[in-house]
Amino acid sequence: MDMAREEVRNLNYNEFTETKSLEHATQQARARNYQDFLIVDVDSHHYENEHYKEVYGYIESPVMKMEAMESIARGGRSAFLNSQVGYQGLSGRITRHNLRKQYKPSGDKHRDIQMTKEWMDAMGVDYACLFPTPMLFLGLHPQVEVETALCRAYNRWLCERILAHEPRIVSMLYLPFNDPEAAYKTVKDFGDKKGVVGFMVTSPRYKPVHDNAYMKTYALLEELGKPISFHAAYSWEDRALQMTNRFISVHSLGFMWFNMIHMTNWVINGLPERFPKLKVLWIESGLTWAYCLMQRLDHSYMMRTSDCPSCKRKPSEYMREMYYSTQPMEIPDDLSILEATFKMINAESQLVWSSDYPHWDFDLPSSVYDLPFLKEQAKRNILGGNAAKLFGLDTKVVKKIP
Amino acid sequence: MPECFVAKAADLKDGDRRIVVSGKHEVGVFFKDGAYYAYSNYCLHAGGPACEGILVNKVVDLIAADRTYEGQTFSDELHFVCPWHGYEYDIKTGECAGDRRLKLRKYEVVKRGDDIFVVI
Repeated sequence: MDMAREEVRNLNYNEFTETKSLEHATQQARARNYQDFLIVDVDSHHYENEHYKEVYGYIESPVMKMEAMESIARGGRSAFLNSQVGYQGLSGRITRHNLRKQYKPSGDKHRDIQMTKEWMDAMGVDYACLFPTPMLFLGLHPQVEVETALCRAYNRWLCERILAHEPRIVSMLYLPFNDPEAAYKTVKDFGDKKGVVGFMVTSPRYKPVHDNAYMKTYALLEELGKPISFHAAYSWEDRALQMTNRFISVHSLGFMWFNMIHMTNWVINGLPERFPKLKVLWIESGLTWAYCLMQRLDHSYMMRTSDCPSCKRKPSEYMREMYYSTQPMEIPDDLSILEATFKMINAESQLVWSSDYPHWDFDLPSSVYDLPFLKEQAKRNILGGNAAKLFGLDTKVVKKIP
Repeated sequence: MPECFVAKAADLKDGDRRIVVSGKHEVGVFFKDGAYYAYSNYCLHAGGPACEGILVNKVVDLIAADRTYEGQTFSDELHFVCPWHGYEYDIKTGECAGDRRLKLRKYEVVKRGDDIFVVI
């Protein structure tokens, strides 16, 4: 229960804690009794670039490791890794992006474990699936061997330094998708590691998901019962998206664009028929893209079954059996539109809540909990129950809301 | 209506603000260009600390008489920005820049002698 509060305070930009920054989220968590049920965040982030020195230490090639380490020293000049033009932090309006430098860890555990657990408790989250940030663009690196090497180094670092030490943090490990053999080896080598609940493909890239080279990886994932996810991002270097001139434009379109292409290829080439037990999760594209694509593909499918003979059912029927993360959940003024979207994707069993914290457009659990058209059980399924089934997590509540 | 002490007037410099917490109320009190403004500290979007972000002037596109685009600049309209997601509010009205129909709850500020109070 909130205590009676009386205070006058000044703003303090000399310190940063997640607890303080998310104090209003904690008020929501208490008011909505999140302590009573499981909440799983299927898409959250850390900034692995803050620990590149540690991560680069895991690069296996001594030559590439030397190149990577030297790149840290040379700072802002030409980089070892590719990046993207962008201004996600709204030119400093999103203050936590700069203030996080002031965060002072208090315990023995890795800084990222402490920060992550602190915001998880503040929001009322029991388990968080942690993903990198700049590496979301790594699929566009011109050197395939760099993606492969850094992916392996990062996955080893994450497993050994983070996942092994904190049971509430899990991850779907980065798949080096531009090298199909390395992707297969990644699943083989890391599939049984502690905290690895699946594998993730960063969506901005130019490799079609139906290439025969990936079939043995999908088969292995299906056999292991581990889901594959496609995590959206944008590329301002994409030929079509190059025509946009503002971040709002490239972000709004880009985060749907690549997942729409991968989903279309996935369904039209009959992968759901070839891998009927493989669980597929689509991350950070919001929900409207699926609502749109289901209708577009169904409409054409009825006239062009000869184009996609592997499909035994309408595309939307396959799509309705896949999983979708919520954020950034579009909330129209007319909530009946959102309700229809929920119905279209079978949200009560297929939708899994995600925050995307600490990125600029993060969502809180209240984005789902406060929807008036959902019953309590549906809210709890979306906020945690569905993800617990998808990832095989214990359903016991383990968070400590401040 | 109870009045909550905010600050000594002399302690508030131009652009300063205080967050006043009283029970379930959180109010951001701004002092800017000789005037006081007070609004709910709960953002209309997701409940973030609306009054705790940066102050920045409204961005405008410069469109010439022939309707061509000539760049961007800042206007005179001052905004405070919710630090969680970037929702911007007009400091003079509390209106949300993206939809002027949305307004933060406004609180009255009174000055008694050298003391500033907000009416909650």
